[in-house]
Amino acid sequence: MSYCKQEGKDRIIFVTKEDHEAPSNAELIADDPNDPYEDQGLILPSGEINWNCPCLGGMASGPCGTQFKEAFSCFHYSNEEVKGSECIDNFRAMQECMQKYPELYPQEDENEGADAAAPPLVDSTAPVPTEDSSPASVPSSNSTPSPPTPESAPSSDNTPPTDSQAAS
Amino acid sequence: MWTCKNLWKKLSPLARSSSTLCRQNARGVVLNNERRLPLVPQAHMSSGTPGSGGDNNLYYLLVGATCVGGGFYAYRTIKGDKERYQERINEIASRPNKVVPEQPITEAPGEQAAETPQAPEPVVEPAPEESVGTPDAGPVVESEPSVEPSPVEVTEEPPAPVVESEPTPVAESLPAETAEPQTTTETESAAEPATVAPAEVPAPTPVEFPSHAPYLLIGGGTASFAAARSIRARDPGARVLIITDEPDLPYMRPPLSKELWFSDDPSVVDTLRFKQWNGKERSIYFQPPSFYISPQDLEKVENGGVAVLTGKKVVHMDVRGNKVTLSDNTEISYDKCLIATGGVPRNLQVIERAGEEVTKRTTLFRKVEDFKALDKVSRDTKSITIIGGGFLGSELACALGRRSADSDLEVIQMFPEKGNMGKVLPEYLSNWTTAKVKSEGVMVITEALVKAVSFKDGKVEIKLKDGRLVKTDHIVAAVGLEPSVELAKSAGLEVDSDFGGFRVNAELQARSNIWVAGDAACFYDIRLGRRRVEHHDHAVVSGRLAGENMTGANKPYWHQSMFWSDLGPDVGYEAIGIVDSSLPTVGVFAKATAKDTPKAATEKSGTGIRSESETEGTASSPVASSTPEPPPVPERKDNYGKGVIFYLRDKVVVGIILWNVFNRMPVARKIIKDGEEHADLNEVAKLFNIHED
Repeated sequence: MSYCKQEGKDRIIFVTKEDHEAPSNAELIADDPNDPYEDQGLILPSGEINWNCPCLGGMASGPCGTQFKEAFSCFHYSNEEVKGSECIDNFRAMQECMQKYPELYPQEDENEGADAAAPPLVDSTAPVPTEDSSPASVPSSNSTPSPPTPESAPSSDNTPPTDSQAAS
Repeated sequence: MWTCKNLWKKLSPLARSSSTLCRQNARGVVLNNERRLPLVPQAHMSSGTPGSGGDNNLYYLLVGATCVGGGFYAYRTIKGDKERYQERINEIASRPNKVVPEQPITEAPGEQAAETPQAPEPVVEPAPEESVGTPDAGPVVESEPSVEPSPVEVTEEPPAPVVESEPTPVAESLPAETAEPQTTTETESAAEPATVAPAEVPAPTPVEFPSHAPYLLIGGGTASFAAARSIRARDPGARVLIITDEPDLPYMRPPLSKELWFSDDPSVVDTLRFKQWNGKERSIYFQPPSFYISPQDLEKVENGGVAVLTGKKVVHMDVRGNKVTLSDNTEISYDKCLIATGGVPRNLQVIERAGEEVTKRTTLFRKVEDFKALDKVSRDTKSITIIGGGFLGSELACALGRRSADSDLEVIQMFPEKGNMGKVLPEYLSNWTTAKVKSEGVMVITEALVKAVSFKDGKVEIKLKDGRLVKTDHIVAAVGLEPSVELAKSAGLEVDSDFGGFRVNAELQARSNIWVAGDAACFYDIRLGRRRVEHHDHAVVSGRLAGENMTGANKPYWHQSMFWSDLGPDVGYEAIGIVDSSLPTVGVFAKATAKDTPKAATEKSGTGIRSESETEGTASSPVASSTPEPPPVPERKDNYGKGVIFYLRDKVVVGIILWNVFNRMPVARKIIKDGEEHADLNEVAKLFNIHED
């Protein structure tokens, strides 16, 4: 049974699980997915890539940032049947660059660097736009399910934990 | 640590009040005098009540005496302060023996006002001396090879404060740049326990500095790094130069008072790697050295990059000319500049005045070297006292308390409030937290006001206002942060008088090409009003935002940053917004199970740093828990196991604490963003599902 007490200006309420079973009637204002002030996810409403997304870790800003951006952009805008098939050169350039910085981009598995980057990105780009556009009754905790593979493979432990949420 | 700012703060009200007093009295006297003249002839000519004449005389006497007395007292105090101050400066100046000692000391008393006559000297001297003994001056553009920044900092300090202490604005108004570098060189260098001095050895090879950096970031901390990353992400090929006066590359601070202390690795002091609860290890440095390019290459490298200039302090900023001057007279021009200078730990005046024996046994905790020093102290001494009951003080107390379990180290914590985090948590929670801290092995002394500190019989003696005496070996002062705003003067930037720090708008901009982020930024929060925040996530958020705005985004501060604190593995909370214990609060609690601990939270989300768990974890969606269901926990006496606490201002929720409830920050952020008045906060609390994991 819940009860309530008051200590000066502070009110304390104790609730049991049953008390909180009924859904809340508190009203939250609907989020505008195109709010320019908000932090955006990986894909901006315009369709462009948000290079500053915390989900990318340091990929776009490191020494191999340019190569990464080129490869990923090519892949993102690719309309080929096999998405990104024409971007092999870009990915290779990126992988070469990453090999020069093993500290930053640990090469646990040789295939991880370039190959794994492409397929998981397919998974990531698809769900991301839908998450962003869905009216957030419960604000989507993180707009991006943060493509784990590309992030973890090249720069796993070195990803600075400075990334606060991408979008609320 | 005596800073001229403190002195000026002290002097100015005194000077002001005494001058006001004098002025008022003078005015009074003058008025009375005017009145007296007609009265006197009156007294001669007509009878005029003798009583009134007598009253008037008495009045004049009183006024006159007050005026004289006040003036005399003010004069004496200022003189006495100045003498004491001079002594202090001389003492500090005489400390570094490596440097040419005569120059600074002889210069200090000599330099009372204008420094322009000095201009020709420094140009000649630094060349052979190499130790830039005389204060900087003039437009010496040539970069100084093999410069010792530490002697420069220290020697510049005697002239600068002396100038500062002059009430007359004569020195300051000198247009010549020669004057300004002096005045802006605050005594931060003295405050830092000679950090750069031992480290900096005259480099045999000259380090070339870039003469121009499109993006110049002053300060090498969290905000600066976040900005660098943001800039690099948005501006392809951007060239970013970070200038920091620390010897280290950018690193994160939270582990310095938490995770690093819990590490089992004996070499943690050197590696600075910590194991997160999930087992993943990482370094406190944001990126390894290979991430950065060297400053020399910054202008040449094809795709740009981030370069870090360590051990260099920016002492002067020329906003018109878009350039900064370093402590060794190097000038670097910029297109866009970020000031992320953070702050320096505050100290208690009683400690500063207590003499060298006490000050050398006092740690002001902020940097990596402070951590290393305190770690050593915790192994070599028998008793450590932490003064301060806020975040840092409580975290360090818990960390040291843990350590004391394996050794015979005595850990004492004292503060003026009634309980730990007394300014943040409502009283009932503060009491509960204090009990927790005590159970970590800390002797907590509440309502403790330090009256005097001295060194006696090999022990540091702390005398409290109520008469209690505490004897200890070492003191850690965690009494707040003083934002570093030395550049405000030369740059012509506004400093906020309420919160301290540089005053910036909602877009974190101070002036056209200058942004400020992190601890030093007093910014306008559209939702919560003007504030200054000293937390890690804020540094990240504001740094990122500043970086975005430096590359043309023009976005205001909108994404509310959060903060967290762990007091051992059992007590942890995340918070967002304005969390001030003076506000009315509403707390909604459930009973906690063993699953609700910070340890469990990070294990589940797979991250060590709480703010990271937001991007990598999920909130309300169920997460497959790797830990098996724990056995039912026996009923605990404490009721505040987990819950949500709302902080209200005019019936609107402006702050939320998630008490042992994790991964719900987005909900909290949303509630604050809405800024709505909610009739029943219990309904709002339902949104957090506090009974579930």
